Amino acid sequence: MHPAPSVIIFTTFSGLGFGLLFWLGIGAIVPTGLSAFIWFTSAYACAVGGLLASTFHLGRPERAIKAFSQWKTSWLSREGIAAVLALVIMAIYGAGLVFTGTRVAFLGWLGAFGAIATVFTTSMIYTQLKTVPRWHHWTTPVLFLGLSFGGGALLAGQVTNAIVLLALAGVLQAYAWIAGDQRFLNSGSDMQTATGLGHIGKVRAFEPPHTGSNYLMREFIYVVGRKHAKRLQIIATALGFIAPIILFILPFNHIFAALAVLCHIAGVLCLRWLFFAQTEHVVGLYYGKR
Amino acid sequence: MTQLPPPSAKKLGLVIDLDTCVGCHACVVSCKGWNTENYGAPLSDQDPYGAEPSGTFLNRVHSYEVQPEAGPAQLVHFPKSCLHCEDAPCVTVCPTGASYKRSEDGIVLVNEKDCIGCGLCAWACPYGARELDADAGVMKKCTLCVDRIYNENLPEEDCQPACVRTCPSGARHFGDLADETSEVSQLVAERGGFDLMPELGTKPVNKYLPPRPKDVAVPAQHLEPVAHNGKGFVAWLDRALSALPGRTN
Repeated sequence: MHPAPSVIIFTTFSGLGFGLLFWLGIGAIVPTGLSAFIWFTSAYACAVGGLLASTFHLGRPERAIKAFSQWKTSWLSREGIAAVLALVIMAIYGAGLVFTGTRVAFLGWLGAFGAIATVFTTSMIYTQLKTVPRWHHWTTPVLFLGLSFGGGALLAGQVTNAIVLLALAGVLQAYAWIAGDQRFLNSGSDMQTATGLGHIGKVRAFEPPHTGSNYLMREFIYVVGRKHAKRLQIIATALGFIAPIILFILPFNHIFAALAVLCHIAGVLCLRWLFFAQTEHVVGLYYGKR
Repeated sequence: MTQLPPPSAKKLGLVIDLDTCVGCHACVVSCKGWNTENYGAPLSDQDPYGAEPSGTFLNRVHSYEVQPEAGPAQLVHFPKSCLHCEDAPCVTVCPTGASYKRSEDGIVLVNEKDCIGCGLCAWACPYGARELDADAGVMKKCTLCVDRIYNENLPEEDCQPACVRTCPSGARHFGDLADETSEVSQLVAERGGFDLMPELGTKPVNKYLPPRPKDVAVPAQHLEPVAHNGKGFVAWLDRALSALPGRTN
């Protein structure tokens, strides 16, 4: 799959932003006044910035408002609605903390639930696709949630929660990478089923339909990511999980905490790039490629 | 709405005969010709006369080599366009309702005024039937020439999809696949028409007819060797070189 920068930035930063909103919502930290203003502004910068970035890959972004209408069937539509609801509820909750210094627990919990729903619906956009066997698996939503709330805990300075969640997410990510490598081969789709010619013999792509490239090949057949996949997995694991955990175990220091957050963001950007770049779509079979 | 309608009484679609397709790409050209100036945005090309031409097509012809266990390989030309699936995953993923399946005849269409060009329907399609137009920023796909098949201003013989009308070898057939007595349904029954990637559960309406078994075995003919027993200087050189230590290819 083509690793569009807009979607990588969107999933990374909105994941972190909603993760932070979750911890703010459940009252893990209860800032008031100016401090609350800074906390909520940071969370909204990540969440809203990510959502805005996601509109850059649209062909017609000026019609994005229409995407709220098909919640009955479309995970993308549900994500839009969940994001707006979570952001509105948390804005009211945040305003209470900033201006009156009071915490309306009910609103906080509702907003936290909205944050979970937003990250889950985002992950389901990918998980639902039978055409992409690597994504069509329970590890996709669990990892999105783990990374979002682990990263949110890191931002919120929740030492124990961050260490536990990031360690679990790291182990799950390693499992998803290893198990995912076989999923396309075991999916039951191959050139024989794609062409229906398997009853005659082994099928090989002899000639593509055109001499140039096309949208399908640019969007779905991206082989560069697989060449360095193992190296990038090690880099992403070191930056996204191991470095922040070590920095958080060390005696607390603001520079270490900032470094932990920066390392984690770099690691998640790297693993999200791989999430797209390494992944094969079944349409590649028609081109004799993966 | 992007909810799928209940199964329609009519299921319009194509039957593509892989036995008779000669791979001439006439269907590709006629499809682009008709659809670039009719339904919706034109099918744009980028850098058409330059070094890296690319463009939007609703129908493309692949060619595959199939190697049986015994005997020579077969070349199969393979036209591919939207299969107008009964359980179309491209429709249900659409966030705006732009992508829909018609309840009256099962044709899958895109309402381009509502399309935001997110590309998710193309991700959901296993067959590569949808292409995002780089110029218009909206999703393009086969309309089954909905603006021809019901068009009262066209002569009757032209009221079929452009690809079917133009095919010089009669490899493309159009009709109602829900009607068991229709010509296309009978073709599918007689020739063992099949679905592409049935394991993905999309239930395509379009069917493919397999190449007929070869009735005459075609043995692979090799050229006769030019020389078995060399004579003269070259033969001496061959023997002399072979006598030296080292590997002979």
